[in-house]
Amino acid sequence: MGLVRYIASRVGSYLVVLFVGLTVTFFLPRLLPSDPVEQYIYELQSQAGQTLSPDEMASLRETLSQIYGLEGSLFSQYLGYLERVVLHFDFGPSLSSFPTPVLEFIRRALPWTVGLLATSVLISWVIGNLVGLLAGFFHDSRGATVLEVLGVMLYPIPPYIVALVLIMLFAYIWPIFPLTTTIRPGPLTFEKIRTILYMSFLPALAIVMTRLGWNILSMKAVSFANKEEPYVTYARLKGTRPRTIMTGYVGRNSILPQITRLSLSLGAIFSGVVLIEILFSYPGLGLLMRVAAGTGDYNMMYGTIVITIFAVATAALAIDLLYPLFDPRIRYR
Amino acid sequence: MKMNIRLKIGIIILAIFTLGSLILPFFMEVDPSRQGTYPKNMPFSLEHPLGTNSLGQDIFWFLVIAVRNSLMLGVSVSCVTTFVAGSLGLIAGYVGGWLDRVITALMDTAIAIPAFPILIVLSTLVRGNTSFWLVGVILVFFGWPWSARSVRSMALSIREREFISMAKFSGSTTLEIVRREVFPYVYALLVVAFIDAILWVTTTEAALAVIGLSKVEIPTLGSIIFWALSYNALFIGEYIWVVAPVVTTVILFLGIFLTSTGYNQMYATRRGHDV
Repeated sequence: MGLVRYIASRVGSYLVVLFVGLTVTFFLPRLLPSDPVEQYIYELQSQAGQTLSPDEMASLRETLSQIYGLEGSLFSQYLGYLERVVLHFDFGPSLSSFPTPVLEFIRRALPWTVGLLATSVLISWVIGNLVGLLAGFFHDSRGATVLEVLGVMLYPIPPYIVALVLIMLFAYIWPIFPLTTTIRPGPLTFEKIRTILYMSFLPALAIVMTRLGWNILSMKAVSFANKEEPYVTYARLKGTRPRTIMTGYVGRNSILPQITRLSLSLGAIFSGVVLIEILFSYPGLGLLMRVAAGTGDYNMMYGTIVITIFAVATAALAIDLLYPLFDPRIRYR
Repeated sequence: MKMNIRLKIGIIILAIFTLGSLILPFFMEVDPSRQGTYPKNMPFSLEHPLGTNSLGQDIFWFLVIAVRNSLMLGVSVSCVTTFVAGSLGLIAGYVGGWLDRVITALMDTAIAIPAFPILIVLSTLVRGNTSFWLVGVILVFFGWPWSARSVRSMALSIREREFISMAKFSGSTTLEIVRREVFPYVYALLVVAFIDAILWVTTTEAALAVIGLSKVEIPTLGSIIFWALSYNALFIGEYIWVVAPVVTTVILFLGIFLTSTGYNQMYATRRGHDV
């Protein structure tokens, strides 16, 4: 029974997050003192260097409102937005590369982001938890202090700094990696996989490093607290091997909050990945967002954001649904 | 109350940065953000401790103003987010009911959805008439949920304690109870939340500035990197233009983080948990 209730509550909050997220994305830009249509017309005029006649202006304004979905009352716009987005994943055509649909661009970019993010977040999570477990379990040894200092040093360094330092070191001073990611389209050969791995190495390393400090510190705190629990003392008195105590007792119990935290912090992780993709020109969703922002392609911006919300919320839900596999107590409660 | 090593180092770093960026500008001869004041790309010298950049600006003085602006934005935005986080967390945790459900839904969403993409869109929308403070207002929207979450769970557990019933039976109003009985427990949490928010705000503004989506004309820790990158500082070998803000950012952020964890540790020890 406990399992059913757990799943129901997870799915429920997933739906709430999606609903509130999509609603906020719809309304927040409309609260700002800025009108995309007027801004576009203004930019067009300053580029053309001449003024349009009032008639042309009116028809331009109408067409633009139609393209941006800004016709009718706010409420009917909202309903239309929800219907298009939720039911059909239809974000309209890209405004800067008309008439290719936005979804086409997203379909091309999504695998890059998912691949990069999943691999590097997993690597960083595993390494960070191992290091954190060691630092927490042997907390009074000198090595543990070194590991903790490593975590403290890494934690506050923001993603863009890590990315910049890596670019500076390995693309300029010691140029063994490329500056930008360029991969030609074509069939997936062994050679191409190698190129992709080579091109993705620095961005992946940047993500691993930005998350490592956090993983180490939180795992250290949890496993240190768990180590003082009575069941660990009992195991020690019983003569259980220290190694088993570390992995099977302390580690096993400390990993549970770490799983929950991973699912909670996916949003923050994604924010960092966007920036890293932009700085490395990695052809994922983040770069697509930046390009869309640069060209004023509102359909593309909305599309990428909505997909991001869906993807991150769904990934978090997936982690939450896997949680009972690691914590049998939920299944039998 | 004994200060631990982390808090000491953190406070020393923060004191140097705060005092430096507040006092040094009085000795400034020219506005460091003005372009073409000095010859371009000069190396280190007594007159220009970090040389000058490709825009003819003195890198050292630009950095001083950048630290000041970043810290000012960080501190003022954090005041607002901490206030919002504290009040919403207390309401959700102590008052409960449908208010709690609404706030929790907002909180979960703000945590679950990535803030940065939405910030990209918002700052694109206000492009042209962005003011530096508008960026700050936008940051408030996403700065509160994590700390509100911890305040809420703290308030939830305190609500069940006996002294709360005691206060209730003695006729205190809800507002009085929250202020006099619950707030003291949440206080330390909010101090940590405040310091962490400074870190988050400065990082996020800098991140927006690095990709050119904040008010890049105003010197901040991010905009200095934006200009360096757009003038290909690395390509032409002007490493100091990038290295100086990177090193400054790392030391400053380390200082903020050490202060936050150090304070947390000290407070935990004082409460009797030896962590």
